[in-house]
Amino acid sequence: MTTTALAPDRVRDLVARVTGDEKHDPSAHSTLDVVRVLYDRVLHVDPDRPDDPDRDRFVLSKGHGPASTYAVLAARGFFPAAWLDDVASWSSRLGHHPDRTLVPGIEIGSGSLGHGLPLAVGMAIGLRGRSPARVVVLVGDAELDEGSNAEAIQVAGRFGLANLTCVVVDNHSDGYGWPGGIAARFAVEGWTTTDVDNRSDDRLAAALNRRDADRPTAVVVDTTRGSEVVA
Amino acid sequence: MSAGAPRGPGMRARFYAELDPVLAAHPDVDVVLAVIGAGNLAPVAARHPGRVIDVGIREQAMIGVAGGLALTGRRPIVHTYAPFLVERAYEQLKLDLGHQDVGAILVSIGASFDASTEGRTHQAPADVALVSALPGWTVHVPGHPDEVAAMLHAEAATDRRVYLRLSTGQNRRPWAAPDGRLVTIRPGPPEDPLVLAVGPMLDTVLEATADLRVRVAYTATPHPLDAAGLRSLAGPTPVLAVVEPSLEGTSAAAVAAALADRPSRVVHVGVPRDAELRRYGSAADHAAAHGLDAAGVRRRVEELLGARPGLLAAPGGPDPRAVSPSR
Repeated sequence: MTTTALAPDRVRDLVARVTGDEKHDPSAHSTLDVVRVLYDRVLHVDPDRPDDPDRDRFVLSKGHGPASTYAVLAARGFFPAAWLDDVASWSSRLGHHPDRTLVPGIEIGSGSLGHGLPLAVGMAIGLRGRSPARVVVLVGDAELDEGSNAEAIQVAGRFGLANLTCVVVDNHSDGYGWPGGIAARFAVEGWTTTDVDNRSDDRLAAALNRRDADRPTAVVVDTTRGSEVVA
Repeated sequence: MSAGAPRGPGMRARFYAELDPVLAAHPDVDVVLAVIGAGNLAPVAARHPGRVIDVGIREQAMIGVAGGLALTGRRPIVHTYAPFLVERAYEQLKLDLGHQDVGAILVSIGASFDASTEGRTHQAPADVALVSALPGWTVHVPGHPDEVAAMLHAEAATDRRVYLRLSTGQNRRPWAAPDGRLVTIRPGPPEDPLVLAVGPMLDTVLEATADLRVRVAYTATPHPLDAAGLRSLAGPTPVLAVVEPSLEGTSAAAVAAALADRPSRVVHVGVPRDAELRRYGSAADHAAAHGLDAAGVRRRVEELLGARPGLLAAPGGPDPRAVSPSR
């Protein structure tokens, strides 16, 4: 694992190469701090060994906002930053939704909502007892509408998947909201939950690194309160 | 085999019985369930801790978990009733397995109208057509429990995407070639018309055509169809009937593609796709209503041969079952 810190400014510049402007595309940027901190301080991954069976898995379920993940993977050296300049062109490996078979470091092809968490549950079951790897899946607050997530939250809780973390990027985009809070939906199924925001990398990293011996962890990140690094 | 042919738990029981040796022989195999079969497999689960994974009545999660397992190098065998395995979780088949480019062995029960007394909710005659519409799948429609066992063991050693359709209907003996190629069951002069029976329809076809001048071939792997074998058997001017236990025309595109370079007359016999049969009764009742018993298959083959269609009118006068299929 390389330990070079991912400078937020540099990552933002890389994101801009994907989105094509200097403005903040909400779907891209709401995940940026989370993905950057994950690859900076949480995940054990090696761009030189993207197929290492013991690598940690980052599962981007909310596949419609891949710019931040592409930018962070490029910054970490999984593929050349030049790939960011022609996203979704005929000759590009990077699309508006990522394809795991085309991009080193992308663990699942995603786009249709509600598939990443069930896949991550299967990964966690497959790795449990066989590998030190952990599985971190990122979903959006609106994505939780999909009923498949409810099934997966229940299964992960009942199976006590301690090697699974679900990060919910809460940019308050869900049309009907979540009365009682998002974390409560995980807690009632036996997950350990943390509510945090993205104003402090330290607090975010602490939340993402938190693990329990016998249950999965959920981290709900409110991204509407601003970021410590303002462009 | 016709209405009176053996219908029982043969394939399903054999599948459950084979899982213990499959799990023993293949350390990477896991079984994923959504309650169905969990009771039957409790002893297997006890002998192979952690490798029989019942996610509860959650079919989306069942396929998603299978995809995730495969992404970590496991070889999942996934099992439940056909409508819940294929139709309820169809996007999961497409994305959690196909789009991820990973494999699994899906094993269904409740083929076509096997669950005749349960009604439409438990019937999925479109299963083979639906799975075949997705890239990279192999579809096995075995006709005998021995074929189920051979297919299960062989596919456990691969990483392919496989759909294995178990049925209560079965043939008296196994015939399937291990590589999925067409097998000639009743040979004859190469100019004689050919009837291709898929899986458990073989004995019905043999009974239906016993005194007709046709050749009979068999496959238990309709997808991908053995196109070279079909071209070779069918000859330069094919007259062909394809008799399938699933949705009528399931193999039509593959047959048409195989015979595109020659003038051919082809009839496809299967479960009609234009009407829902709102009746209960036995699977044999449903087979008769759909024209998939020996008498019904004979009518269709005779039509192909040019014989008088009314030769074998359905006995017993008007029957509401007979008005549902449009033929």
